[in-house]
Amino acid sequence: MTDERAALAALLRSADAASALARAIRDLAEGLGTVRLMEVCGTHTVAIRRSGLPSLLPESIELLSGPGCPVCVTPDEDIDRAIAMAGLDGVCLCTFGDMLRVPGSSGSLERARASGADVRVVYSPLDAVALARRSPERQVIFAGVGFETTAPTVAAAVRSAAGLTNFSVLAAHKLVPPALEALVAREDFSVHGFLMPGHVSTIIGSDAYSPVARQHGVPCVVAGFEPGDILLAIWMLLRQMRDGRAEVEVEYRSAVRPEGNLRALELMGSVYEPVDSTWRGLGAIPASGLGLRASQAAFDARLRHPVEVAPSKGRPGCRCGEVLVGALRPDGCALFGRSCTPATPIGPCMVSSEGSCAAYYRYSR
Amino acid sequence: MCLAIPMRVIEKQGEIGKVEQGGVVREVSFALMPDVACGDHVLVHAGFAIERLEAAEAAETLALLRELMAAGEQEAGGD
Ligand code: SF4
Repeated sequence: MTDERAALAALLRSADAASALARAIRDLAEGLGTVRLMEVCGTHTVAIRRSGLPSLLPESIELLSGPGCPVCVTPDEDIDRAIAMAGLDGVCLCTFGDMLRVPGSSGSLERARASGADVRVVYSPLDAVALARRSPERQVIFAGVGFETTAPTVAAAVRSAAGLTNFSVLAAHKLVPPALEALVAREDFSVHGFLMPGHVSTIIGSDAYSPVARQHGVPCVVAGFEPGDILLAIWMLLRQMRDGRAEVEVEYRSAVRPEGNLRALELMGSVYEPVDSTWRGLGAIPASGLGLRASQAAFDARLRHPVEVAPSKGRPGCRCGEVLVGALRPDGCALFGRSCTPATPIGPCMVSSEGSCAAYYRYSR
Repeated sequence: MCLAIPMRVIEKQGEIGKVEQGGVVREVSFALMPDVACGDHVLVHAGFAIERLEAAEAAETLALLRELMAAGEQEAGGD
C-alpha cells in the first residue's frame, strides 16, 4: 500500500484523530444551534452505532438514518415476488445473504427454502451465472436488489450470460439521488446536511448530488467508512453550514470522483433503464428504480416467469416507513425492543443487520 | 449491502484476476474497472473491482486531517 493511503487509513482509525475531530466539531457546533444530519447508507449506520460515535458529538448534533439500507426500502411486493418465483417448478432463486430473512407480506425467502424451495445465497451475481451454466435443467433467477453500487455488477453478470437461456434477473434495484430529491421535497423534511454513501458515490460520482445541494440548499459530504472518515465529514458539513454554503464535497477522495465510474455507468445503462419504483417509507418515486431494457427481455425474470402478487397489507404497529425517512427514531416505535428484536424481528429495519432498528438495538440502547 | 473492501491486485488476465488483503485471496472480475494493473489497490464489491483507490487524493484528506489535529493541539496547549 502506498504511504499516503496507509497513513490516512491508520490515522482515520486512531483515537488521536477522533478526539481532535470531536474537538473541532464542538468548536464549529457552538454557533449553529440544533443540527440534524442524515446518513444515507446502511454501512454508515452500522459504523456510527458500532463505534459509539454519537457520544463524541455535542448534544446539539443529532444523527439520523435515512433510506440507506437497500433491503429495508424494498417494498413487500418485491420480496413477495421473489418468494413466489422461488416456489415455481424447476426454479433456483439466487440472492445476496442480506435478502434471505427479510419479511414479505407473509414469509421470507428463508422460510420458502425451509419448506422446499431452491433458494441459494451467492456472494456475486457471477456465481448465479456460473450455476446456470452448470445446471441447464434449472431456471436460475437472480434477485437483483441493491443500490447503484450493486446494479453494475448485476449488469455485468447479465452481459456475461449471453447465450444462456436459463438465467434471468428479477430487477428491483433502487437509485439513491431520486429518493433523496423526493425526501428533501417533503414538507416534514428538517435535515441540515447529508452524509452521502461512499460506495454508491464511487459508481455514480459526487456530481449526482448537485441538485440536492444547489436547488434544495442542503449541504452534502460523501464520506468513507472509518469512524474518522465520518467525523471528518461531519466537520465538513458543519463548516459548510457555518459558511452559509450548500455544496457537494467529498471526504472519501481516494475512491470517489465527480463523474463516478463511467465504465460501470455505461454497462448499467446498457442493460437497465430507469423505471418508476416504490420505496418503503417514501412511496412511489418516478425513475427511482432500474428495470431491464427491452433489448434484455430474454433475461427479464418478470417476463420469463410471471407471478401474481397481492398488494401488501403491511405489518400492524411496525413504523419502518417513518424510521427510513428519519421522521422517527427506532426507539420511538412501541414495538422496539419489546416484541421486535433481532431475534424476533417484525419489520425489515430490524431484520437487516444494516437496518436502523437493528443497529440501534445492538449498539445504542 | 454496499460494503466494498480495499484489496490489492495480484493477478490480472483480461477481465479476470485475483486480489489479496491480509492473506485472503479472491477471484474478481475487472469488467467494471478494466484499466488497473497488478499492485493497484481496488475496492471489491460482489466479486467485482468497482474503483481504483488513488493515493494522491488520499494525500489531500491526510493533509486536512493533520491540519485539524495540529490546530487542536495548539488550542489544547493554550487552554
Ligand atoms: S422496531 Fe421493529 S416494528 Fe418498530 S419500526 Fe423497527 S422494525 Fe418496525
